[in-house]
Amino acid sequence: MKHGFPIASTLIVFVAAAYFLVPLYATFQFSLQMKRGELSLASYASVLASADFINTLSYSAIASFAAILFGAILVVPTAYWVRLKLQKLRPAVEFLSLLPLIIPPVVLVFGHIRLFGSSSILPLTMTSTGTDILLIVGYVVLSLPYMFRAVDNGMAAIDIATLTEAAESLGASRLRTIVEIIFPNVRSAIVAGAFLTFSISLGEFVLASLLNRPAFGPYMVQLGEDRAYEPAALAILSFALTWILMLLMQLFATRKPNQRLLPRFGTGQSRKLAP
Amino acid sequence: MTAMIESVANDVRVGQPIPTRNIAARVSWSWLGAIPYFAFTTLFMLIPVAYLFIGAFQNQQGEFTFANLIDLTSPNIAASYWLSIRLSFASAAIGTIAGLLLAYAVIMGGLPSWLRHAFTTFSGVASNFAGVPLAFAFIATLGRLGLVTIILKQVFGIDLYASGFTLYSFWGLALTYLYFQLPLMLLVITPAVEGLKPEWREAAQSLGANRAQYWLEVGLPVLTPSVLGCFLLLFANAFGTLATVIALTGSNFSVVPIVLFQQIRGNVLYNPNLGYAIAFGMVVIMVLSNTLYLVLRARAERWQK
Repeated sequence: MKHGFPIASTLIVFVAAAYFLVPLYATFQFSLQMKRGELSLASYASVLASADFINTLSYSAIASFAAILFGAILVVPTAYWVRLKLQKLRPAVEFLSLLPLIIPPVVLVFGHIRLFGSSSILPLTMTSTGTDILLIVGYVVLSLPYMFRAVDNGMAAIDIATLTEAAESLGASRLRTIVEIIFPNVRSAIVAGAFLTFSISLGEFVLASLLNRPAFGPYMVQLGEDRAYEPAALAILSFALTWILMLLMQLFATRKPNQRLLPRFGTGQSRKLAP
Repeated sequence: MTAMIESVANDVRVGQPIPTRNIAARVSWSWLGAIPYFAFTTLFMLIPVAYLFIGAFQNQQGEFTFANLIDLTSPNIAASYWLSIRLSFASAAIGTIAGLLLAYAVIMGGLPSWLRHAFTTFSGVASNFAGVPLAFAFIATLGRLGLVTIILKQVFGIDLYASGFTLYSFWGLALTYLYFQLPLMLLVITPAVEGLKPEWREAAQSLGANRAQYWLEVGLPVLTPSVLGCFLLLFANAFGTLATVIALTGSNFSVVPIVLFQQIRGNVLYNPNLGYAIAFGMVVIMVLSNTLYLVLRARAERWQK
């Protein structure tokens, strides 16, 4: 059915590629123009040297790591247990994990602020630590769909029932089975979920802003109001970071348990045990 | 493996004796393992949202009322909803059509396969490149001093801003949203486009159909549920977008999330319960579009076996 040169497809691909690449090029070019009349990396230097940049970025990185840790501790045992013993509850667990896609973040944080505000039984927003906890909890909720999906897919790829029986028949306790057998076997799935969580929460604006946290998202918005060239530099840095996170995520998501991160030279794939 | 798990689960459920130690304890206590998850989601998701929903149906004295929901139709708030819906609709419609064309071009357009790989990988990144940095990138591109704006003016003599375009407007926002909508569409529609079997095309051809007839009577009807479903997903995606709007326009562009954002900041509506009603309305729209998406996806999957 195909005759000759595919004109229509070529045109479509060309327009799409232009739409995707022109803003990236323009932003990069713009970020180099801070010094009048010459191209320089001054805007990058200005961003990276600012104390606010370092402080807010570290704050958000720590909050994201905490959310990843908390999310993994919440999701891994649950996904394991539901697969092993509670198939009946599976629809409910899955439904709850997907709800954050339906509840907009601004609504979620609104509920948190009202429910955990000054006059509630659990007044988290009254202290700085409490608000930090609420921010982390919010990130755990926002990343729940991705974390659960990643871990659950990871569990589907290994035979957890057999692994559990084997561990039990060797005398391992339930906790030991989870910590020493299940966790290591779904490690790459957790890491894949972790990178997604990280990419969601690192530059997150709505929750951080409404909870008044000194986070990276609100800092970026402020910078956008105050400066001209630094925001472009930030956008380039942030695009590069998203790119790295997504590549790492894909690398881990497609990795089999115990597979090396990079194939060993010489031996290649041949030494890998068949699944 | 699933069968094995199910059989284990069944045994536990009906309490048949399996020769393992302390089975009695596990029969009655296995549900305890799900408690942390249900407790967390209830406390930090269900109760906070329920709290807002209940508030949406109360007045400031705590009495039951529909007044807040009726107030959603007051001119200012109805205008916000209408703006949000129009913006989400426009950006989702453009994203759907553009994404479908792109999927067609890279999957069955007769182009080298590395192009498809490149677009898919790029889309994985770009669909996650949203929020504040995306706004910055478009300001640097199409803002008043953006590179493309300047080049159009100096090289081609087209003054975008004099002709009435501004990035900080409805179409400016729609164009910016497209940067994450188009990649998302490409990713979610790919399975459906791949599902168009070459046999159908060959069958249509051997029955004497031309290209247009094949598309109108076979291709598009098969794709329609998927395309509509993806459109709704994109709609919901745009409807909840807030950070990009704030970084682009400050708080001047009053889509619903912005109004709610300002209400949380400073009770600008002078009525907390009206704020709850706005949140309620947002969730209702999200629930409707996502439910329809699931229904259409289930229908579309009939063809993908």
